[in-house]
Amino acid sequence: MNTIWHLVLNGISSGAVYAALGLSLVIIYRATRVVNFAQPALALISAYLAYATTKATGSYWLGFAVALLAGTLLGVLVERLLIRRVSRRSELSSIIVTLGLLLVLQAVAGMIWSNEPHAFGYAFDFRGRFSATDLFAVSAVLVTAAGVLLLFKFTPLGLRMRAAAFRPEVAKMLGVRVGLMLTAGWGLAALVGSLAGMLAIPPFISPNVLDKVFVFALTAAVLGGLDNPVGTIVGGFALGIGLSCISGLVGPELVPLAALAVLVLVLAVRPSGLFGRTIARRV
Amino acid sequence: MTSTNTSRPGVAEAPASGGLDRPRTRVVPPLLVHLLAALVALAAVVALTLLTDPFTNLRIATVGYYLVAVAGLALLTGFNGQVSLGHGAFMFIGAYTVALLVLHVPAFPLWADLLLAAVTSGVAGLLAGAAAARLHGPYLAGATLALAVGLPAVTQRFPELLEGSNGLSFTVNSTPDALVGVVPPTRWQAWVVWVAVLLALVVLANLARGRLGRTLRAVRDDEVAASLAGVHVGRTKVLAFLVSAVCGGLAGGLQAFLLGTAAPGSFTPALSLSLLAALVLGGLGSLWGALWGALALVYFQVWTEDFSDLLHLPTNVADNLPLALYGVVLVVVILLFPHGVQGGLHHLRLRLLASRSPRRGVTDRVTDADDPRSEGEA
Repeated sequence: MNTIWHLVLNGISSGAVYAALGLSLVIIYRATRVVNFAQPALALISAYLAYATTKATGSYWLGFAVALLAGTLLGVLVERLLIRRVSRRSELSSIIVTLGLLLVLQAVAGMIWSNEPHAFGYAFDFRGRFSATDLFAVSAVLVTAAGVLLLFKFTPLGLRMRAAAFRPEVAKMLGVRVGLMLTAGWGLAALVGSLAGMLAIPPFISPNVLDKVFVFALTAAVLGGLDNPVGTIVGGFALGIGLSCISGLVGPELVPLAALAVLVLVLAVRPSGLFGRTIARRV
Repeated sequence: MTSTNTSRPGVAEAPASGGLDRPRTRVVPPLLVHLLAALVALAAVVALTLLTDPFTNLRIATVGYYLVAVAGLALLTGFNGQVSLGHGAFMFIGAYTVALLVLHVPAFPLWADLLLAAVTSGVAGLLAGAAAARLHGPYLAGATLALAVGLPAVTQRFPELLEGSNGLSFTVNSTPDALVGVVPPTRWQAWVVWVAVLLALVVLANLARGRLGRTLRAVRDDEVAASLAGVHVGRTKVLAFLVSAVCGGLAGGLQAFLLGTAAPGSFTPALSLSLLAALVLGGLGSLWGALWGALALVYFQVWTEDFSDLLHLPTNVADNLPLALYGVVLVVVILLFPHGVQGGLHHLRLRLLASRSPRRGVTDRVTDADDPRSEGEA
């Protein structure tokens, strides 16, 4: 019983990370119908910048701020320079372009900081059951998610972003700067993504450190329906707890396959996710 | 489907009546044509291996197994429009099947090992295809990525059988006794690899040209229209996965045979993504594209190594240069040349033909070249 409790607590803190990275995917998918496969690489680069900053100055929080800032900036740049050119083409094109970006950014990280893992610090004390670091991760993600939801729901900026995503033509006629709103969406998503990266990466950073986390985040987002932020957050926590139990009771090496099994089972029953609305695809 | 193809630049202006007054020359069955082409290709490969050193022979063999892997992916992603980021997982299955058979059932001949590798991987592909048939676009990409990330970790689950992250190593003495000492081992290996590869390609080319190829493309371009026309959409998608997994398994088996090892470190998600990069570079929707892609996979590696040596680049940069190059290729090709190398060659040939005989249309050839953008927008 004690072990189960321990695994559940562990799962909540890792689930928070999946929820946050999943949320960053959902924000972008809602706005541009693109799944950003480069998201882990954007988070990776910003985390490496945080690593460099912390190493130079000794301050974890300065590095943290740098990561969030750099993440946002990267998201904005990627949208402006790449995505805008492919988003009007097929799904396949945007998937391939974001994958290409993923490869490039991971390779660049390896070139600058080498493929060897470096020690990457925690924000707070990480020892013990549900440590201060775990508490920080969960609360940071919950606060961020609530902020994002409130932003979309209640602010003029959020309204414009939603309008630009769902009815770009009408929004344009009403004076919304659609392009700017899409860029803002990517910036926001990358900000959330780099937060997730900062929480997920410790204790070691290496170019492929986020691969598995990304698979879990994508699973969480799909569980939630890819365009449902609340569903993704719930899905992230549920997946975190489920996978933590599998890791503890069956074996950690089977966790990615378990995520695959969850993904396939859920999609077999509900092809647009547990909480997703079934949208008729245009034929 | 034709509606998407006529939108190709440079083709729309060509006279549409071309196919009719064209003399019917294609009476030779395609299987015979493909077999003859394979024989010619085999002769060329053998000649090439005789002219080059063992090191290059190894590279020629490497091009061979990458070719069959990328060709399988071409059928799935190019012809059928299903994005797979997990093709490396099927190579993993093939490689481990061959490794286990060589280690535990040494009585089996090599061809049986390779056949079983293809069959095992095909079964896995059938399962993956059955699960994937209902998924599309990003959902499918995510699921196959999970496969690529998750499957190699299985080696840690069974450390006694699969030796964990060290992987299995073994030796295959495949050279017949009569040829020992006459033909160097790498040259013989290159021949074996290419015989298997060309056999697989003959089958693939026949499938792609025939009924299956047409249904695959019909499903890719418009699922609803295809099912109205009597195509069983789900079955077609599963079949595409099956064929591509068989190719992946064969490629993995050949790789294991060539290198004498099977280790999880060679089947990372980056492998799956570089296979996709090779396919996109060569040109989606054409088996010839797979050849350019396979050559690029091998020679990008070689060139970046030479380049790094030349400039004395630090190892961090040198190690990551090929991956960066694959990434750049994916982005640049999709943005600027969505038809890839083969699309460019095809376009060039069309222009040559058009300038030589302006009155004879060439539109009936165009249906072979597929537009990677033609997948229905969701």
